[in-house]
Amino acid sequence: MADLLESWHVDLWLLLLLSAVAGLGMFVIYSASGHSIPAVVNQAERFVLGLFVMTVVAQAPPEFYRMVAPWLYGLTVLLLLLVAAIGDHAMGAQRWLDLGFIRFQPSELMKLAMPMTLAAFLHHRRLPPRPLTLLAALVILGAPTMLIMVQPDLGTSMLVVAAGGFALFFAGLQWRWILGALAAVGAAAPLLWERLHDYQQKRILTLLDPESDPLGAGYHITQSKIAIGSGGLFGKGWLEGTQAKLEFLPEAHTDFIFAVFAEELGLITVLVLLTIYLCIVGRCLWIAVRAQDSFQRLLAASLGMTFFIYVFINIGMVIGLLPVVGVPLPLFSFGGTSMVSLLAGFGMLMSIHTHRKLLAN
Amino acid sequence: MALSSIKNLQRERQAFLARAVVGTVFCLLGTALLIVRLFDLQILQNEYFQTRANENRMRVMPVAPVRGLIYDRHGALLAQNKPAFVLEVIPEQVEDMPGLLKRLTGVVQLTDQDIGRFKERVRKTPRYRPVPLRNNLTMEELARYEVDRHAFRGVDVSAGLTRNYPLGVSGAHIVGYVGGITESELKEAAENTYEGLSLIGKTGVEKSSEDTLRGESGAKIIEANAYGRPLRELDYRRGYPGRNLYLSIDAKVQLVAEQALGELDGAVVALDPRSGEIIALVSKPGFDPHLFIEGIDYKTYSVLSNDPKRPLFNRALQGTYPPGSTVKPAMAIAGLEYGVVTPDDGVYCRGEISLPGSSRKYRCWKRSGHGFQDMVGGVMRSCDVYFYELAIKLGIDRMHDSMTRLGLGHKTGVDLPLEKSGLFPSREWKLKRRKEQWYPGETLNVGIGQGYTSVTPLQLAQMTARIAMRGKGFKPHVVYATQDAITRQVTPVPPVPLDPIELKDNRNWQRVIDAMIGVAHGVGGTAARIGRDSPYQIAAKTGTAQVAAMRQDEKKARSLESTPLHLRDHALFVAFAPADDPKIAVAVIAEHAGHGGSIAAPIARQVMDMYLLGEVRYNAGAAAPAAAVATPEPDADGHVHEVEVED
Repeated sequence: MADLLESWHVDLWLLLLLSAVAGLGMFVIYSASGHSIPAVVNQAERFVLGLFVMTVVAQAPPEFYRMVAPWLYGLTVLLLLLVAAIGDHAMGAQRWLDLGFIRFQPSELMKLAMPMTLAAFLHHRRLPPRPLTLLAALVILGAPTMLIMVQPDLGTSMLVVAAGGFALFFAGLQWRWILGALAAVGAAAPLLWERLHDYQQKRILTLLDPESDPLGAGYHITQSKIAIGSGGLFGKGWLEGTQAKLEFLPEAHTDFIFAVFAEELGLITVLVLLTIYLCIVGRCLWIAVRAQDSFQRLLAASLGMTFFIYVFINIGMVIGLLPVVGVPLPLFSFGGTSMVSLLAGFGMLMSIHTHRKLLAN
Repeated sequence: MALSSIKNLQRERQAFLARAVVGTVFCLLGTALLIVRLFDLQILQNEYFQTRANENRMRVMPVAPVRGLIYDRHGALLAQNKPAFVLEVIPEQVEDMPGLLKRLTGVVQLTDQDIGRFKERVRKTPRYRPVPLRNNLTMEELARYEVDRHAFRGVDVSAGLTRNYPLGVSGAHIVGYVGGITESELKEAAENTYEGLSLIGKTGVEKSSEDTLRGESGAKIIEANAYGRPLRELDYRRGYPGRNLYLSIDAKVQLVAEQALGELDGAVVALDPRSGEIIALVSKPGFDPHLFIEGIDYKTYSVLSNDPKRPLFNRALQGTYPPGSTVKPAMAIAGLEYGVVTPDDGVYCRGEISLPGSSRKYRCWKRSGHGFQDMVGGVMRSCDVYFYELAIKLGIDRMHDSMTRLGLGHKTGVDLPLEKSGLFPSREWKLKRRKEQWYPGETLNVGIGQGYTSVTPLQLAQMTARIAMRGKGFKPHVVYATQDAITRQVTPVPPVPLDPIELKDNRNWQRVIDAMIGVAHGVGGTAARIGRDSPYQIAAKTGTAQVAAMRQDEKKARSLESTPLHLRDHALFVAFAPADDPKIAVAVIAEHAGHGGSIAAPIARQVMDMYLLGEVRYNAGAAAPAAAVATPEPDADGHVHEVEVED
């Protein structure tokens, strides 16, 4: 079995861990969607499709991705411009591109293209990067981020920034730059605040005091805290959660699925899920450490850390630590594009891990 | 070159490893942060959030208790719960609301007011909840709807209970009525008392026994979703129905009293002197209690409340009238008790009397005078001069004391709302309230039940009952037993005895009662017309209370017909029977009706007949010829008439 997987360039550990998350997710989706078998089947189909994409991606050697990275980047930026021009509106934001046969969010693609491009860009450069390199990298990072931010899609743009930022971080970006950048962001925060949409501002304000507007903007957070808090150590039991079933919890099977999970299965199982997530991130970092060139290292580490940020932002917002942004719980939430793009990312990680040349040392 | 590049690569790997460690620490710290927060929510605040989650999903739906029934002393229903059918519409199930309303108008009667109120409620109610469209469907409407109900999707009929009063107008002043609870009533009530209830007792026994009749609300605890739609019942808490009431009222006597009063305005109160139980209590004009249950409309209410005859006003306990000569037996008792007269002492009545040093004349109703009158004659013929003399001897303070002991001028404490206290004046009262001293002449007026004196018909009945019982007394009451609606166990409400009035010589009771028997049965008695054919012995006293004072210079009394209605005298009458074994005491007042003996006495006689004999034997037509033969006879008291109409 292991041999078979190896010959298919699939990493057994990652496959097991990813399947564990997705499997657990499907149980909770069944409960949170009001016992909908079609929803579970739909999610399973997407996971299988994702696994297929992952396997296909894993077949090509990492060099291939280094080569195509700039092209992919260019194409994605073009698509983002296209979205800005003719994109579909949904829920007050312009994120979708309808290609006739498929409707997808190019910003999702950028989550992959960004770490690939920066890793490829930094691959031949002297590391840690010199100021000119850094400047170029920031331009590569900044342009698409702005495009995503104006859609507006704060969650995805943050993830894109995280993906690019981690590439720079692992490239050895000096701490003074990092601290300087953080300080600059801090200083620019009031300006950025002005640029935020009303609803975005409201989300941040209600984070600070969700009970101030329990039926309005704070409703999500309040209800999700009630769901999680009432779950306790062992939870109310699978299918027994009242908050989701009785529709107090909005978006129960998508962005807020973690609340249903915590309500029904309790802290113990939550810790198990967090452990699995940590193992996935750990495996990614391990792959990065074992990787054979800068591009591979930076890409693997950056994908792994971005995955963690993904988890952190979603759980953070559901438990009321972070403002509500539209970020699903990776591989767990019901939903399309992110599942496939995430697994495509893991395909590249597997490619990195399984195409190592034995003669290296 | 190759070497340095390898070295460089190695340095890069070293640097990367360091960063990977930082990344790992970053992830662990981030996860730890999440875990701390989760621990806080799920473990430390678990109980709080469990409560919040339950508050979210659980709704307490009150289950209204069934209100207790009200019966008369023989078990006849005075107030019952009747099913009321309400036509309801569930908006979310209706596709074409205007069309539906149009089609419904062919089946049930819908006013513009119904439709307007309905539309407003629809706006305020979640769409899946039924909204009442028409209350109190008639059976005919219900039948028409049932036949076609399949054609009305989203329309339903729900059954509730509403109050019904079989006696209607006749019982309205005792039983009272229920009506919609107001904000202020809700605020006054203990919390949760009225969960699920919409009606509250407003007057009469319905109000005074509200706490007994109401019962205890139950509750259904249901699980509801975020939109309030009930999903399932989690728990059920039993309520308890209100207790049934047995009133001491005898519905048959009540109806006779009401009919006997006829078109006259006034009140009739009948008590059982042995217990204080109220047998009948009538106040006229009355009103239909059903008007108030569904919420009376403003127009009807203003007609009722602006009616100069005040139909909503319970004359039996809220109306205060000058008692006129009906106080004379009590005056006689006071005179004997204080020893200012003996039964055989006499007064010579010349038709009027003056106080020493005053030219003002106090007239007897009989201008020609009664001649020599002892106590029995004074009561029997209602000689005013006898009581003027008695009042002078007693003085206002002693009069006040003994009348107050007999129950005049203060509340009886009856278990009905809004009782008035009336007034029996005293020196002290006048100084305090009027800032004036007492004039001796006023004592004379009070002595014949005029002047400042004002009493309720209930007080008169109470006074009569105490005389009948030779000083023993009970608090008047209407509720004589309560019954658990489930176990059917009846708990009597024991009569509340009052401190008995002990006379120095208890034979004096009998002396005055004998005089009262003379009123009905003696020669020249002012109520002889009802005593003549009575199969039982009646002790009574007539009274005619002056509404407008007669001027000093008025030599001729106005005839009844020439006096404007609102200035005509009130006819009063008190009686008890049988005289030697009292079972019923009655007080009657007929407003502006003339003379006690001719108008009020027959009413009392009919009431006593019904209670004691089970039928009305009194025949006004048969009694009248005998009376017509009699000489023009004693009449109204404290008021002189040129033509002395028999009383």
